[in-house]
Amino acid sequence: MNAPVRKIAIAVLVLFTLLILNANVIQVIQADSLRTDSGNTRVLIDEYSRQRGSIVVDGQPVATSVQTDDALQYLRQYPAGPLYAPATGYYSLIFGPSAIERTENDLLSGSDDRLLVRRITDLFTGRDPKGANVVLSLNPAAQQAAFDALQGVTGAAVALDPNTGAILAMASTPSYDPNLLSSHEPAAIRDYAAQLDAAEVDPRLNRATQDNFPPGSVFKTVIAAAALSDGYTPETLIPAPDVLELPGSSATLQNFGGSSCSGSEEQSLIDALTISCNTAFAQLWIDLGEERVREMAAGFGIDGTGFEMPLPVAPSQVGDIESEAALGQSSIGQRDVRLTPLHAAMIASCIANDGQLMSPYLVSEIQGPDLSALDEADPEVFSEPISADVANDLTTMMVSVVDDGSGQAAQIDGMDVAGKTGTAEVAEGVNPHTWFIGFAPADDPQVAVAVFVANGGSSESEATGGEVSAPIGRTIMEAVMGSTP
Amino acid sequence: MSAVMAAPQVAAAPPTRRNTELAMLAFACLLTVGAQSIVDLTVTGSLTVEVATFGASFTAIWAVAHLVVRKLAPYADPLLLPAVALLSGLGLVIIHRLDLAEQMDAALDGDPMPGAQAPTQLVWALVGLVLFVAVLAVIRDHRTLARYAYTLMFVGLVLLAIPAVLPASLSEVNGAKLWILVGGFSIQPGEFAKVALICFFAAYLVDKRDVLSLASRRFLGLDFPRGRDLGPVILAWAVSLMVLIFERDLGSSLLIFGIFMVMLYVATERFSWVLIGLLMFMGGAYLAYQAFGHVRTRVDVWLDPFAYRDDAGFQIVQSLFGLGTGGLFGTGLGGGRPATVPFAKTDFIAAAIGEELGLFGLVALIVLFLLIVERGLRTALVVRDSFGKLLAAGLAFTLAWQVFVVLGGVTKLIPLTGLTTPFVSYGGSSLVANFALVALLVRISDAARRPAVVMAPKTDLFDAPTQIVKRTQDE
Repeated sequence: MNAPVRKIAIAVLVLFTLLILNANVIQVIQADSLRTDSGNTRVLIDEYSRQRGSIVVDGQPVATSVQTDDALQYLRQYPAGPLYAPATGYYSLIFGPSAIERTENDLLSGSDDRLLVRRITDLFTGRDPKGANVVLSLNPAAQQAAFDALQGVTGAAVALDPNTGAILAMASTPSYDPNLLSSHEPAAIRDYAAQLDAAEVDPRLNRATQDNFPPGSVFKTVIAAAALSDGYTPETLIPAPDVLELPGSSATLQNFGGSSCSGSEEQSLIDALTISCNTAFAQLWIDLGEERVREMAAGFGIDGTGFEMPLPVAPSQVGDIESEAALGQSSIGQRDVRLTPLHAAMIASCIANDGQLMSPYLVSEIQGPDLSALDEADPEVFSEPISADVANDLTTMMVSVVDDGSGQAAQIDGMDVAGKTGTAEVAEGVNPHTWFIGFAPADDPQVAVAVFVANGGSSESEATGGEVSAPIGRTIMEAVMGSTP
Repeated sequence: MSAVMAAPQVAAAPPTRRNTELAMLAFACLLTVGAQSIVDLTVTGSLTVEVATFGASFTAIWAVAHLVVRKLAPYADPLLLPAVALLSGLGLVIIHRLDLAEQMDAALDGDPMPGAQAPTQLVWALVGLVLFVAVLAVIRDHRTLARYAYTLMFVGLVLLAIPAVLPASLSEVNGAKLWILVGGFSIQPGEFAKVALICFFAAYLVDKRDVLSLASRRFLGLDFPRGRDLGPVILAWAVSLMVLIFERDLGSSLLIFGIFMVMLYVATERFSWVLIGLLMFMGGAYLAYQAFGHVRTRVDVWLDPFAYRDDAGFQIVQSLFGLGTGGLFGTGLGGGRPATVPFAKTDFIAAAIGEELGLFGLVALIVLFLLIVERGLRTALVVRDSFGKLLAAGLAFTLAWQVFVVLGGVTKLIPLTGLTTPFVSYGGSSLVANFALVALLVRISDAARRPAVVMAPKTDLFDAPTQIVKRTQDE
């Protein structure tokens, strides 16, 4: 019986070798991905025993860890409550981290490679390890103005520095209190989460970046950019019929409220944008060809893909256009055309920056625990969809919108403001979404904004972008310019 | 050699190696007490007198075991006891560490403080020691076991069947009906049935091996047994299927069938039996997959645990997280979060070891088992009688197979089945039954290494006392 016993011994050796090889695969090859998996609460719990870095806005911490005497040594606090919640996110025992707390987690928790030297010295000096601070590009005055102006409505506002891409304001309402999701009491966290779940719209959703909406007439700036790039000038006369018969279908397109754009059924490009003439822009897109405008949109990054800044940004898109009728609806920023409010602000910032679109960024600096700069934001060009000349023409046209057209509520004393309003019908019997994008001062732009209010805010009458969103845009732009020396 | 020969009163016996065993046991106890101290220092920040009591009790258990072996089985394999001691010591330390983790979690959540289970396990180790001593004392020659083969079969089958016939309230824990729950105690009779059935298999197969290996039909180049000789295999297969159906215990079912097939192969030296067994296993596995939702779930979860990470796959995913977090060196004893894995003390204790002691700790655990198994198989090679060979091979393979099935499950090598890690997992039945298993291995290894025939010392004619010569002549 010895021969089979020897074979069994070899078989056992093989089985155990398999066990050991498999353990190697899990504990060495897959170890990193398992360790950092979002479902792995071990790392999160470990992180509570270290002082997490702060998230800082203009020298003031908006997320900071304070020592407690319970088993989890540090409690995350957000002194400004809901104001910065869309940017900071929360740091939850149950739900894990979100937003900047998540994307910059390695730095905040101190495990990033850029902190390696410090970690090693901590080891030898016995100093308690600490995470790095993340400095946001936000402007506190602009953030507060945007947040206050959006109270009571569902909406979002973004302000960008057109010259660098720095995000100066990013507000989303309704908001939530990240303190309540970041407490050390699981029951309290769950209660608050249930309360948020029950809300009509999720307060945790950052509408500025995580969702996209039909932009209405704001999209006409893209069509105008395509036309100007193809040799049109602001003075070029384009057809502007009262009713546009859409070829290949029985559908027709009318202007807002059934009004007439021009007695002669023809008007200049600048006038068409100023009064936001629907039929003129539908005909213009048909004349330019579907592909031309789609290319221009893609140049602005409106191509159905998202990006990171470092928060993940939902895709903005033109959508499928399968017929002339669909193209007619798309030309007024409805049907499948979708923009995130951040992307709408990017269109304004591109026009403001002579056609150069800067990549938006939210993190301006990484500071070591000793406040030394470890890394600084390096402004980058996102794309250059239009020439400086086209950008100047568009600026002229958008100044006309604010001076004489639908965006007059955005006027600021003593300077030219460029803007474009949008009103997107969503469904029968529901107030339309209202938009405003713009920048100021028009001759030396310091801020570009986009304001989105879902379902026309709270106004009883059918609200327009000019009435609801433009004044909010002005408030934010004033806040930025009032706070910069 | 010649020096030994020259000494007139000393027999030419092989060294017993008992002192080697003693030294290694001391090392195992030292390691265990050291690990326990590290756990306490890391988790609570202080060393209490409890570490000393624990260390003393643990060391006492193995000191007694060593003395008993010295007395009752002096030629036993010296590696078996230290390896088992280290495994059980590691188990006790990890259970203690998980006790502390559970108490901390309870304090955090404001739940009532759970009782510590490590002291209970230490008491079970003491019970195991008593059985270990009893087995060595009562069974002075392992061959006597063969005489009680059918009694052991009966006992084994009854033990297996009890939980199936008991009402669920007295036998079901977490969906598996394999317990006897009486007065706060829970006994897993299957663990004892395992040992009894191995003894029966060995005796039965030695008795019938000629029939099973000689009478055959040749087919496709392999000698296949006659139809009527398939009876015992079919019986073993049926019993394991019944365990699966009535007790919903995938692990024990797989264990019993695997052991039987391997012992059959060792007894008959015919590979065709293994082939038949594999085919029957595949058939049974397919039937079970089709018929039972819980078997299907296990397989689905095994194929993609992360798709079920919040429900059926939670446990295995948490286990993988623990192992991954542990990495190469582990978080250190007391430094990890092993209590995150449900059932960390029983089925998933290897995940706790892999998390806190890392890949090195887990591989050390596997190698310790390998050591015991290969020493057991070596005993089977050396021992002279067929029954001893088969029994030793069966016992050693049982350990190997159980370790493979449970560790493979915890590390997602094979689908998860509920089995304990021998000597390490929390659970009295498993620990005590495996102590008995080791006692049998010790007994057989003693027989294997004992000199075959004690010959009268050769004496030179010159040195021989003349009186004795004279007396012989007188007779």
